[in-house]
Amino acid sequence: MSEARDIGPRTLLEKIWRRHVVVPETADTPAVLYVDLHLVHEVTSPQAFSVLRRRGLPVRRPDRTLATVDHSIPTSPARWQGDRPTMDGEARVQVDTLGDNCAHFDIPLLGIGSRRRGIVHVIGPEQGASQPGMTIVCGDSHTTTHGAFGALAFGIGTTEVGHVLATQCLLQRRPRALAVNVSGSLAAGVTAKDLALAVIGRLGVGGGTGHVIEYRGAAIRALSMDERMTLCNMSIEAGARAGMVAPDDTTFEYLDGRPMSPKAAAWERAVRDWRTLCSDPGARFDREIEIDASTLEPQVTWGTDPGMVVAVGGRIPADGGARQREALSYMDLDAGQAIGGQPVDMVFIGSCTNARLSDLRQAASVLRGRKVAPGLRAVIVPGSQQVKAQAEAEGLHRVFLEAGAEWHESGCSLCIAMNGDRAAPGQYVVSTSNRNFEGRQGPGARTLLASPLTAAASAIAGAVADPRPLLERARRIA
Amino acid sequence: MSAGREIIRSRTVVLPVENIDTDQIIPARFLTTTERAGLGRCLFHDWRFHADGRPRSDFILNQPAADGCDVLVAGRNFACGSSREHAPWALLDYGFRAVISTEIADIFRSNALRNGLLALEVTDEVHDWLIAHPGAPVSIDLESCRLRAGDAVDTTFEIESFARYCLLNGVDPLGYLLSRLPDIECYEAGRA
Repeated sequence: MSEARDIGPRTLLEKIWRRHVVVPETADTPAVLYVDLHLVHEVTSPQAFSVLRRRGLPVRRPDRTLATVDHSIPTSPARWQGDRPTMDGEARVQVDTLGDNCAHFDIPLLGIGSRRRGIVHVIGPEQGASQPGMTIVCGDSHTTTHGAFGALAFGIGTTEVGHVLATQCLLQRRPRALAVNVSGSLAAGVTAKDLALAVIGRLGVGGGTGHVIEYRGAAIRALSMDERMTLCNMSIEAGARAGMVAPDDTTFEYLDGRPMSPKAAAWERAVRDWRTLCSDPGARFDREIEIDASTLEPQVTWGTDPGMVVAVGGRIPADGGARQREALSYMDLDAGQAIGGQPVDMVFIGSCTNARLSDLRQAASVLRGRKVAPGLRAVIVPGSQQVKAQAEAEGLHRVFLEAGAEWHESGCSLCIAMNGDRAAPGQYVVSTSNRNFEGRQGPGARTLLASPLTAAASAIAGAVADPRPLLERARRIA
Repeated sequence: MSAGREIIRSRTVVLPVENIDTDQIIPARFLTTTERAGLGRCLFHDWRFHADGRPRSDFILNQPAADGCDVLVAGRNFACGSSREHAPWALLDYGFRAVISTEIADIFRSNALRNGLLALEVTDEVHDWLIAHPGAPVSIDLESCRLRAGDAVDTTFEIESFARYCLLNGVDPLGYLLSRLPDIECYEAGRA
């Protein structure tokens, strides 16, 4: 690295990276990179803990580790009696194993009985554990969510979970920096989810490989923290290692007073430091793309990866290619078909992408005083037990139940369909989650990704529907 | 068996699907295990088997030509999606020792190399040839970073240098990290 480079303007990625280098990268060896926060869940950790036990190693920094259960646990109210879920064989073993490991290694666990439990990427921010400038990792690809705070946050495999448990460090080479500059502003009824899908549509599902995305520009500054989390969450769907947004007053207001946020003088010091975490003017990115948010409409996917996306008023592209033909064959949809009006069997509002309080409020704004279409199953799963409690305090659950939707306990649920919640083969599901891969919501299930507004509007119509006419009517009545 | 000094010599199995995601490599409902062994039975499960468990005869891994093949050639951009290390565990347990594509997703590539599954990115030209010649004999030499296929391909590949060093010399990356504990302690002391 040249001297000039060393003193020149830096990207946010570069600033955070440099703060965490324990041993610098060389041609022969990756950097030893320090991890500030390690989030742990039941699915990708057991084999890592087994390695520590076999080798007689302690967890180096239990105080920088936070565990919860989210993927395997049931969410359906019928499968809960108070704090006790009904779970079968392997899932029960997995949850119990995490409990044993956390007790043995002295790791804080927001477990089944905890009111602070929830999807790992919802509770980290909710507790104030995810903070600007941090390196944050978890054995889960949607760890990119925490980049919304101006952190470098990325998913790792189970072997690396073991590395972090044992050493609080990872062996990493510095990724390249990709600027996604978003000008203009999102129109009414167009959300961060629509922006995320449009970005993936532009980049393609492999377009971000090897890069960390920094979302920049006026449209990004205008987003709430919930919206920034939705956007950063989906970065992995473009293949990016991580996504991030430089912290600002919106970030600090969100964090102020959270259980794990710094307090008093430490808070003042932290905010002063966090204000330096932005890309310097003139900082060089390895790549940049430009998007005008004002031109975007609500987006819906039609295929089997998140890059196969059109505006809700648009048509599935006509030009084929083998990949598109395979996707349309699985989806049983036609090239050139309008996506609006496509009948759907199920609607899922949930996941680490779109199950925070503001997402539920948006869904409720559409569902209030209306009914889910006859024969359609609508499942609403809050992102955490706190989100659930807040939603209930506002009466949102009554809106959902009166509309004919199901109101569940928190968890990953139908986003990954490994807890018993699933769609039947051949069913169409409009889903606020992050992946429309074949079988993601159950073998043979067909997923159409969309925002909570679009999902709620589709639940009422029984078919893919643009939420904007319903919002206009709601505004006129108000 | 994992990669090392031994040259991998095998015929290829070609799965010419683009953007194969980790949910196809191993569906999420098989992730409730707390072990890493035995996942080969779940590999490409919903492409390999009908809903009633019978093998799909039209899927390449169920055809005699795939028997004994250690090298998988996949369509462009392999293994996007989740961070599940169960994906390389399943490929290895099934018997694969290398996968080849044009691009390989970051987390999968890292997971694969940590487990001794070679994940190789090749040029469009080499990839096109491999896709067009299923069953071609290939040799992969990690020591010289050389890939040969049939009479047509003789090329070098890039692989992260430390991962290669670890595989060739049997070095355990966790052991390496543990050897840097004095640096880690010093770093922590400097921040406090």
